[in-house]
Amino acid sequence: MTKLTSIRTIAALAFAGSIALGGAVTADENAELVINGELALVTKTAAPDHLKDSLDEIYSGWVYRETDTQAMQMDDFDNPGMVFVDLGMDAWNKVEGTENKSCASCHNDPAESMKGVRATYPKWNEAAGELRTVEGQVNHCRTKNMGAEPYKYVSGDMANMVAMIAVQSRGMPVNVAIDGPVKAAWEQGKEIYYTRTGVLDLSCASCHEQNYGNYIRADHLSQGQINGFPAYRLKDARLHQVQDRFWGCIRDVRGEPYDRGSPEFTALELYVASRGNGLSVEGASVRN
Amino acid sequence: MADGVKPRVKAPAKAAAGEAVVLKTLISHVMESGQRKNKDGSLIPRSIINRFTCEFNGTMVVDVEMHPAISTNPYFEFEAVIPATGELKFTWYDDDGSVYNDAKMVTVG
Repeated sequence: MTKLTSIRTIAALAFAGSIALGGAVTADENAELVINGELALVTKTAAPDHLKDSLDEIYSGWVYRETDTQAMQMDDFDNPGMVFVDLGMDAWNKVEGTENKSCASCHNDPAESMKGVRATYPKWNEAAGELRTVEGQVNHCRTKNMGAEPYKYVSGDMANMVAMIAVQSRGMPVNVAIDGPVKAAWEQGKEIYYTRTGVLDLSCASCHEQNYGNYIRADHLSQGQINGFPAYRLKDARLHQVQDRFWGCIRDVRGEPYDRGSPEFTALELYVASRGNGLSVEGASVRN
Repeated sequence: MADGVKPRVKAPAKAAAGEAVVLKTLISHVMESGQRKNKDGSLIPRSIINRFTCEFNGTMVVDVEMHPAISTNPYFEFEAVIPATGELKFTWYDDDGSVYNDAKMVTVG
């Protein structure tokens, strides 16, 4: 992009920000996310029923990024996150543990077996009687079925694997269940979402529900949707998992974050995922 | 050979004669600078890709020398004029002596 266009983009954003009070979207509203010129993703849609009182429309974080960041995600060769997806694929086929198995030994081709997984997690696991994230399921498989060491919950290995699993669902609408056995966890997540915390005394909603589209310092606040996770962040050139982002956000408001992988963060992940029901799974997305 | 090294190239399969086509290349590589220290204070040995070349039917298109302080997974994007049907050969040279290759056919007409 030329310098001139980028200046023009910034000017356009600033102008839109000044007329769009009340937290409306300010980036290029007409931009459409099409991957590799083939796969069209839903980046804005009507809010799910449980959100109707607070939001009319939900927007993917992609909508709020600058044009060149948006473009990076539109081509898998330009998307730096895809390098890590490849590494996840290598790990998928790698035999590990006492059972002498790889992921592929049971699940074969992830394009078949992992399709739709990212869209419906976190999900209730009936046998274990607990709510489980994709990360939790990966480690369950590694320890119980492969006899291998679990990955650290937030780690390069885990992010690669989760990104590879997410890509198999790319384009499918997020559709996590919020009732039945997960109802209690969902309510707990909602409670956490709306509870102010930290020295700055902010809740998730303070920024991502009441002020999305407005500036926070030099950056646009998004709605905090997690349909694009794991996300490749340009600021430190690595993949970020959902709960690592939660952790970073709470640290930034100078609160005391829950542990990554804790039941509290898993409940929050379910609730935040449910706020994006209807948006396309984008992982691995590109963000700043 | 270093772990997780995988060359990638994106080139068009077809081009008009004399057209300048965009070539994108990326190789996943740690690009360890040799200046960092590990926890016990000893230097982590340098391990980088030190040269990258692209040839078209034996003619050199680019020849790049690389040094430490180039970030991980080096990405090069450049244009090449394609005069006739032929093969683009891409070569990366690792510090440890490994050589990684990729090739793409470009058809004119």
